[in-house]
Amino acid sequence: MKLATGAALSGFLPDWVLAGEQLANVKKSTEALSDKLTPLKDITAYNNFYEFGTSKEDPAQNAGSLKTRPWTITVEGEVNKPRVFDIEELLKLAPMEERVYRLRCVEAWSMVIPWVGYSLAELLKRVEPTGKAKFVEFVSLEDPKQMPGQKSATLDWPYREGLRIDEAMHPLTLLAAGLYGEVLPKQNGAPIRLVVPWKYGYKSAKSIVKIRLVEKQPVTSWMKAGPNEYGFYSNVNPAVDHPRWTQAKERRIGEFLKRPTLPFNGYADQVAQLYSGMDLTKNF
Amino acid sequence: MSLKKPDNKIIAWIKIAVFLLALIPVLNLGISAYIDNLGANPIEKLTRSTGFWTLTLLLISLTVSPLRRLTGWNWLMRLRRMLGLFVFFYASLHFLTYLLLDQFFAWASIVNDIVKRPYITVGFPAFMLLIPLAVTSNNRMIKLLGGKRWLLLHRLVYLCAVGGVVHYWWLVKKDLSNPLTFALLLSLLLGFRLIYWLRGLNIPLIPRKGWQP
Ligand code: HEM
Repeated sequence: MKLATGAALSGFLPDWVLAGEQLANVKKSTEALSDKLTPLKDITAYNNFYEFGTSKEDPAQNAGSLKTRPWTITVEGEVNKPRVFDIEELLKLAPMEERVYRLRCVEAWSMVIPWVGYSLAELLKRVEPTGKAKFVEFVSLEDPKQMPGQKSATLDWPYREGLRIDEAMHPLTLLAAGLYGEVLPKQNGAPIRLVVPWKYGYKSAKSIVKIRLVEKQPVTSWMKAGPNEYGFYSNVNPAVDHPRWTQAKERRIGEFLKRPTLPFNGYADQVAQLYSGMDLTKNF
Repeated sequence: MSLKKPDNKIIAWIKIAVFLLALIPVLNLGISAYIDNLGANPIEKLTRSTGFWTLTLLLISLTVSPLRRLTGWNWLMRLRRMLGLFVFFYASLHFLTYLLLDQFFAWASIVNDIVKRPYITVGFPAFMLLIPLAVTSNNRMIKLLGGKRWLLLHRLVYLCAVGGVVHYWWLVKKDLSNPLTFALLLSLLLGFRLIYWLRGLNIPLIPRKGWQP
């Protein structure tokens, strides 16, 4: 009864009320990362989310206009069971876990964020990718009314990102619906986003509406914007500089001195084998 | 009171007002730093804000002489030295933020930046150009150099402004609207000078008696 009123209420409430709401039944993360968590206030006030403007403060200011209900994700392409998933179903598709990940932005700053979600593989398994599914493309919402930043052609909207199928199926690759135990704040990519912790932040598409399994490597929004600056792989790599920033070091938000950047953002043990035999200077 | 020739007392007040106005950005940063209100990445905020005000004040100081030309208010020139020194002040803060806070004396990484990051490759000499200008900004140095040579030296400021705009253009990741605005304003200011120069209507350094714009 109590639950029912809660659900009914949430239908009437403006959905900014939903942010800050606790997510139920979250399994606490088992392996503790030694890094100190970045405070929630910094995670939610300092964002790159060009759909809401290009300055770091814009998303927190402008994301209020995003409507996170109703919401669906269409999964299609090289799959046996293409389907449209409703957000409520997605939230219950697999057990929610807390995952504390380092986030490394291409602009040489970093955070440590306790995400809540489950491995993307859980979703992909349910649609049964075919043998031709070599890559996965992620498409974010396009609606300039909700996303005022899309009124300017900063990027080629909608935002597109992509992974190789083995990267997408990797257990570290997370479909996140929350952080700090709460419903994902809008400026962080609500209602549901990707988190790929060994790649630069822009690879982790936000506010996803479509997932396509495809045979050819997709062209992402950032690759279109700057082909020699942003590659398809975009693995965190201190040895390969971006023309504008050295990637050897990073500033952890909240710290003064820069710290050395780790290969694959510190996840080399888990993911380096995905790239064995590849020249990562060419495949940046 | 005439706007064309306000008396010295009024000019003194105008100078004080401009001085206080030009201090607002640094006071604002100082207060924000004190109450811990610089956001999640305070060093980035300081770097960007001081860079922004360096270029803004530089363009404002380059507006003085065209404005005098258009209005005939010769007294405007008396604000120019102070404005120029404020440019140097904010540029120094910008450079020091980079040196002390951003890099914390990591010399190898600084040299690497100057060599490998195009926006710093132009920003660094643009800053260096301002040093001789600041050093020669007092009356004694003007006398020592002689007006003509002093004037020639201070033309370096155009190079610095172009460098500043290119620096901004190259550091922006995707959204070029701000650097574009600065580039347009600078082209206007330099274009104005070019037109006068092409027409042989150079503005005299020290207005001759009876000189009319
Ligand atoms: C030694 C010389 C200089 C260095 C090392 C330097 C370094 C920097 C750095 C690191 C940034 C921030 C980039 C980012 O956050 O991505 C920046 C921004 C900026 N700098 Fe400089 N800079 C120098 C000289 C100058 C000069 C001489 C000017 C102006 C004439 C200038 C104007 C700017 C502007 C307008 C910005 C961008 C502000 C904004 O984002 O709104 N800089 N500079």
